[in-house]
Amino acid sequence: MEDNKMSEETPQSVSRRNFIKGVIAAGAVASSSAYLFRTTTMHGQSAAGPVGAVERLLTLNVNGQDRRIDVMPQETLAMVLRYKLGLTGTKIGCDRAECGACTVLIDDVPHYSCSYLAHRARGKKVVTIEGLADPATGKLSPVQQGVVDEQGFQCAFCMPGFVMATTGYLKTNPNPTRQELAHGISGNLCRCQDYDKILTAMMKGAEYARKG
Amino acid sequence: MATKLVGQNYSTPDLIAKVTGKAKYSEDHRVDGMLFCKILSSPMPHARVRRLDTSKAMGMPGVKAILTADDMPGAAAGATLGENVQSSAQAERGLTNEPLYQGEPILAIAATSELEAAEAIEAIEIDFEPLPFVVDPLDTLRPGSPNARTQGNVWVRPPAPPPAQGRGEAGRGGRGGAGGGPPAPQVQVLKWTDDDFKNAGEGQLPLGKATDEWSYGNLEEGFKKADLTLDETFVTQSTGHQPLETRTAMAYWQNGKLYLHGSTQSTVQTVASVARWSGVPANQVHIISEYTGGGFGSKIPGSIFMAIPALLSKKANAPVMMRITREEEHFIGRARPGVFARMKVGFRKDGRITAVDMYAICDNGPYDAQGDARTAGTTISLAYQPEAMRWRGLTVLTNTPPKVSQRAPGGMQGVGIMEPILTKAAKKLGIDQVEMHKINAPAGKAPFGPTLPTGKQAYVTSAFVREALDKGRELFKWEEKKAAYSGKKQGTKARGIGVAVSPFSGGSVGFDGMLIIKPDGRVQFQTGIGNLGTESAFDVHRVAAEMLDVPWEQCDIVFGNTTKNLPWTCVSAGSQTAHAMTRAGHASATDAIKKLQEIAAKTRGGNPESYKVAGGKVSGPGGSMTFAQAAQKAIELGGKYDGHEVPEELNNFTKTSATALAGQGLMGVGKDAYPRDGQSQSYVIGYAAVEVDTEVGTIKVLDYTAIGDVGRILNPRNLKGQLFGGSMLGLGHALTQRWAYDTHYGLALARRFHHNRPPTILDAPLEFTGDAVDLADPETPVGIRGVGEPPVGAAYGAIMNAIADALGDEIFKRSPVSADIIITSLENGGKRTHEALTAHI
Repeated sequence: MEDNKMSEETPQSVSRRNFIKGVIAAGAVASSSAYLFRTTTMHGQSAAGPVGAVERLLTLNVNGQDRRIDVMPQETLAMVLRYKLGLTGTKIGCDRAECGACTVLIDDVPHYSCSYLAHRARGKKVVTIEGLADPATGKLSPVQQGVVDEQGFQCAFCMPGFVMATTGYLKTNPNPTRQELAHGISGNLCRCQDYDKILTAMMKGAEYARKG
Repeated sequence: MATKLVGQNYSTPDLIAKVTGKAKYSEDHRVDGMLFCKILSSPMPHARVRRLDTSKAMGMPGVKAILTADDMPGAAAGATLGENVQSSAQAERGLTNEPLYQGEPILAIAATSELEAAEAIEAIEIDFEPLPFVVDPLDTLRPGSPNARTQGNVWVRPPAPPPAQGRGEAGRGGRGGAGGGPPAPQVQVLKWTDDDFKNAGEGQLPLGKATDEWSYGNLEEGFKKADLTLDETFVTQSTGHQPLETRTAMAYWQNGKLYLHGSTQSTVQTVASVARWSGVPANQVHIISEYTGGGFGSKIPGSIFMAIPALLSKKANAPVMMRITREEEHFIGRARPGVFARMKVGFRKDGRITAVDMYAICDNGPYDAQGDARTAGTTISLAYQPEAMRWRGLTVLTNTPPKVSQRAPGGMQGVGIMEPILTKAAKKLGIDQVEMHKINAPAGKAPFGPTLPTGKQAYVTSAFVREALDKGRELFKWEEKKAAYSGKKQGTKARGIGVAVSPFSGGSVGFDGMLIIKPDGRVQFQTGIGNLGTESAFDVHRVAAEMLDVPWEQCDIVFGNTTKNLPWTCVSAGSQTAHAMTRAGHASATDAIKKLQEIAAKTRGGNPESYKVAGGKVSGPGGSMTFAQAAQKAIELGGKYDGHEVPEELNNFTKTSATALAGQGLMGVGKDAYPRDGQSQSYVIGYAAVEVDTEVGTIKVLDYTAIGDVGRILNPRNLKGQLFGGSMLGLGHALTQRWAYDTHYGLALARRFHHNRPPTILDAPLEFTGDAVDLADPETPVGIRGVGEPPVGAAYGAIMNAIADALGDEIFKRSPVSADIIITSLENGGKRTHEALTAHI
């Protein structure tokens, strides 16, 4: 019970609940066709999607840069980042909000980008793994540096998601215990199951962040 | 040997790319004009395509090509497919007109977008004839029951000719293969009798006809000597590998050559398998795989479905990306076979095991015969050293996703089957669990497996299991926890402790190492090891770097792309790499040192032996030369010094690479031809403390300690990571991961992470200790054995033992030990209520 309470209190779990509501509201759009996308003009079907569909031309602020892109209503943020903006650091592990590999920050809150429609990100600030290091100097963010110094992760396919989830969590709790941080990033799955080393690396990152 | 690098922590050179998102996994590659493909897969567990019309789909917008089973190459006679089976008409081919499991790919469509490909799939006109199917191995052994394949329901290995001397077949269940191994197994029909089922006894596996058998010692004598005999049935579950990166692949052709970007457990060995699966000569295949998002045995080497984008891109004359979804991965992503086992075990009063009579059934899926049931037997013979043992078994075909080696294949199952019996006997005989393991532990050149034609058993290179048991007992504080936890209840919480011994093969031999000392003084290691997160792609080169006494910062590692000319390397599976490739690295460094000495002697005078390699120089009576100078000289000298001439014994793959790289510097290249007496096996001891909530059946692992007997420690942080990750996989098998089937239609119900739940960070033990005895293996020059596999069985066994310690020995007879098993058994006075012999529940 105590454990559940801890995870309920973390802000991103609240936002995940909101996001689930969002998926429910989006209905079938977010289910089977969510992972489909296209890069060319549409043939044989209306590109506009459902009645009252949103404008396809969209400005997304990603890693501090406004990007103007053509996005259909059903496209997820994960697919747009990967296939329209070339930001392949965001991984798709399950495409159904089970594994967290696609976690990005949206207005500083971690979200599963596989289950977040790109159009919902309009007017928000999206940060991906590519946006963490200092663009001018290449200096790694504290959490990234923690990973490098502690050799966190094995295959690292889950790494971008964990790093983004941790980065977001530390904004709400900069000085967590191991246990608190574990709860904070428990929406992310690692199949090498290197959780011990991951947590050590993330704690090191938290320490670097506090030192500034 | 000094220990500047070996035994030290460091950060691998691929980490920056990984942590900044620059590392490219299969799906991250983009090529101009890249098409996308979607797969049409079987909706039924067993069917035949009666009618197929692709014309409407081909006319759909954006569609460029359709690939069907008729486009796949026939299985080349004599080629080895998968781990165990020689190719035959019964082999898997990537696409099929007779699907043998739900989700088996039938055809694939390439189109300009994935949406168009998916829409074209909907326009395919196809009609299936449903065929009889079976998803539970025992069901197909009943008289008159259906078979998984039209040809039959079991793999039968024809009688083997006497094997060559010294090539013990313990360990991996006597692999078939082109190299004069035992004959390829065949699919045949086998049914047990009604009496077999009637006579088995409640909850016990029937002992019907077996197709395979081995033994050693005098079984009858062994049981006569026994003071206690137990007869138990245990069922382990089938589980998908579920790597986080699915087997997505992208392919294109250039100048008649295939370039395949894929996810694999070996860069170089994937060339031959893709060549075979696609029907393309191996010298026309290039594999690019710098980063692989986990494999755990499911990508050895690569995946047969790589042939789909390879052949579609040829047909469409454009690059093709095949994205595999999580749900597709459940079906085509391979799985560990469940094992049904009946064990009769005799114990002396002091706990020593006098005899084991084991009968095991492998739930094989529809394709290649897997050795898991057999390896479970050899594992038991090694881990517990019974004085006599007989193993009998069956490899039963089911219409479930294809099975293949999963991290500790058969080893994990063997440990899990035997450990609860050992603990039960310990309790009955009043012996401490640790003492029970110690009296039966392998030591030194411990024998294992069947009596070979030589009259002797195979044996291991070394075993320090008792030392590891002692170290674990101390670090875990066994005695203290035993007093505080063992069988103690507090309110609804019951606590218990458990220990388990888990061996697994710890290394192979005979591969090649290659390095080049460049004219700028840097040392470049060429490696064909797959980079799937085990870190061995980098770790193993630290042995050679240390021998050359060169700072690690001065080393570069070339990996992940066969166009970069890589040497012949083992697959990263079965804990082979750290052992095999440190040996190969030792050979290449020895060769480089010899060449440095010769060059120095030629240039500065004196004899080569009087020169020493240290501090980035080769120095002796005539003065010294830097690596840079020596490299320059090597290029001038040519011949063997810069790779223009290479030793005859190298693998052809290495020779081709060496020839391509010749003239770039001083080449150190060599084959691992070091002697080895025995088979390399590694061991991990697991110590677990659990707390069970008896009201709701939940289990928390409070404390876990894993101690390796894995030779010298190569990289302590990586060792701990492997111990922890492997332990978590064992925890998943003990507690959470399983399949479920709709048996009426033979359809999978558990198809995603949340159905077949792998452990999360919240399932991890609250306290974890990982360490090793750090004793060198005497049969390998650097003393290093592998570590990846054995932690899995150790955690699986130790956690189940701890649950039994908390709640009693009769609570469960299968895994995973789920909450429903616990609460219903407790309701029933501590005796199991779950079905004993049904698969996938």
